[in-house]
Amino acid sequence: MTAPILSIRNITKSFGGIKAVRGVSFDVHKGEILGLIGPNGSGKSTLFNCILGQLQPDEGSVEVKGVPVTGMRASKLNRLGVGRTFQQLSVFPQMTVLDNIIVAGQEHKGTLISRLFGPTDAGLTQAADQLIEFFRLTHLRDTPAGSLSYGQQKLVDAAMAFMAGPDLVLLDEPAGGVNLTMLAHLKERLVAYNAEHGTTFVVIEHNMEFVMSLCTRIVVLAEGAIIAEGSPDEIRANQTVIDAYLGG
Amino acid sequence: MRAYLSWLLIALLLVLAILAPIGQGNYITYVLTSWLVFSIAAMGLNLTLGYAGQISLAQASFMAIGAYTSALLTLAGWHWMAALVPALLLCFVVGLVLGYPALRVKGHFLAFVTLAFNTLVFLVLRNEDWLTGGNYGLSGMPRPDFGFVSTMKQHNFYYFTLAITVVAAAIMWWIVRSPWGRGFKALRENPIRAESLGVDTRRITLLAFAIGSTYGGLAGALISPLVQFIEPGSFAVGHSLRILLMVVVGGAGFFFGPFLGAGVVILLPELLRFTEGYYLIIYSALVIVMLVFTPRGLIGLWGMLRDRFFGKPQIRADVEQGPKLK
Repeated sequence: MTAPILSIRNITKSFGGIKAVRGVSFDVHKGEILGLIGPNGSGKSTLFNCILGQLQPDEGSVEVKGVPVTGMRASKLNRLGVGRTFQQLSVFPQMTVLDNIIVAGQEHKGTLISRLFGPTDAGLTQAADQLIEFFRLTHLRDTPAGSLSYGQQKLVDAAMAFMAGPDLVLLDEPAGGVNLTMLAHLKERLVAYNAEHGTTFVVIEHNMEFVMSLCTRIVVLAEGAIIAEGSPDEIRANQTVIDAYLGG
Repeated sequence: MRAYLSWLLIALLLVLAILAPIGQGNYITYVLTSWLVFSIAAMGLNLTLGYAGQISLAQASFMAIGAYTSALLTLAGWHWMAALVPALLLCFVVGLVLGYPALRVKGHFLAFVTLAFNTLVFLVLRNEDWLTGGNYGLSGMPRPDFGFVSTMKQHNFYYFTLAITVVAAAIMWWIVRSPWGRGFKALRENPIRAESLGVDTRRITLLAFAIGSTYGGLAGALISPLVQFIEPGSFAVGHSLRILLMVVVGGAGFFFGPFLGAGVVILLPELLRFTEGYYLIIYSALVIVMLVFTPRGLIGLWGMLRDRFFGKPQIRADVEQGPKLK
């Protein structure tokens, strides 16, 4: 097996007297689509924030491609090849879809000074157009992102995460609030991107149908600790998971 | 077609600016020059506030730094153009330093930090009279002389200021259309998302302050030879609020907003002088009405009129067909 692209070791995080995450460790390998599931308050988002540098864990470490990134600033992490989407809508509403996508890639082109003296689009219009087409948003290319429907903004959000050609993308509840048609479209696009580019995904999601059909491996958290890990079929059949989360 | 119209509009405005002082006396030309100078200061604040979303109530203090630095150097025998370089550099560096609190505090708190900075600069200018002349200020600063043409005459100084304004506006146009401009807007609209996409929000925040402050310094360096007298009261907090008003009235985050806003704040009181003692009341009422009905400024008013008379009904951008009632 290849070296893990994401390695989480013994992450622990407390808020006052509440232990949100208790010694969580797991690896994610290149090309995997890992689902991170669990009931509300199980520590998924806290773990996500610890991985992405938004929270400093009390204990433990995070490595991306063998590089220690614990507490690293989000912008540096992104330049290391880590993209993410947010649970809440997170586009730049007054900017067009095209500009949203370009801004997601421009920081990876040249230096601060060369960007000022270079082309206004940082030479990214063609790449952005390809991504916009991939997510089937071409007809909305020049529309301010804030005026799109919820589902379409989720697609723009996802497209932004892919613009810099990341090796690893963390998706925080991508299915939340998205209608069924759009959800199927989103899933199909994610699978296609994974197959085409070999990009690794870590997905937090409550929509079990979405997770089970998208992910190749699933980690289940409850009360801040891992209670199960395995393929979707193994997780569906796991009695501990059924009792703690899935229900009978 | 739209780009062609934009260039036509810019050319038309430039021709109007060239023709404006012709046949006018010294006072009107002085007021027009003030409009250009404050347009530059407002352009800088528009970058910091309008594009990058960082509130600053200290633009007048950067005008002060630019004005006093250039005044002291020109009084010591430097040419204005040579004095401009250290004046702008100083404003850039001080602006960079003022940007640091913006990395820690946001919104109203940042407004108070910048307001305190403006007060601090005012007190230094008033109390350090060995350098600044204290309350008496500095006077007799020469206007730039280029050998073949002197700017001592009011009309000449107007055209000199217009040339500087065009260059400053062109540089600003270039900045806001570059990837930096996109970074500034991303910072304004969603800093957490911007950071997650690799935008170094710390660096871009500091740059927004430093560049905006440099424009304030440029305006100050022009005020000094324009009035040929500077004193601390000309750069007090009230003046920073006035520049903020220019940005808001014109339209924050729109390239031409500062020019319109400075026009309203500088020229409108002059146009209302015939109302004698009532002009400030009418001026204030007009500004209030303007802000209530066009919260996005005068540029926003154009957008509202365009949507009202030429816009097609639209529920959402992804719905091609407009609403239909049976």
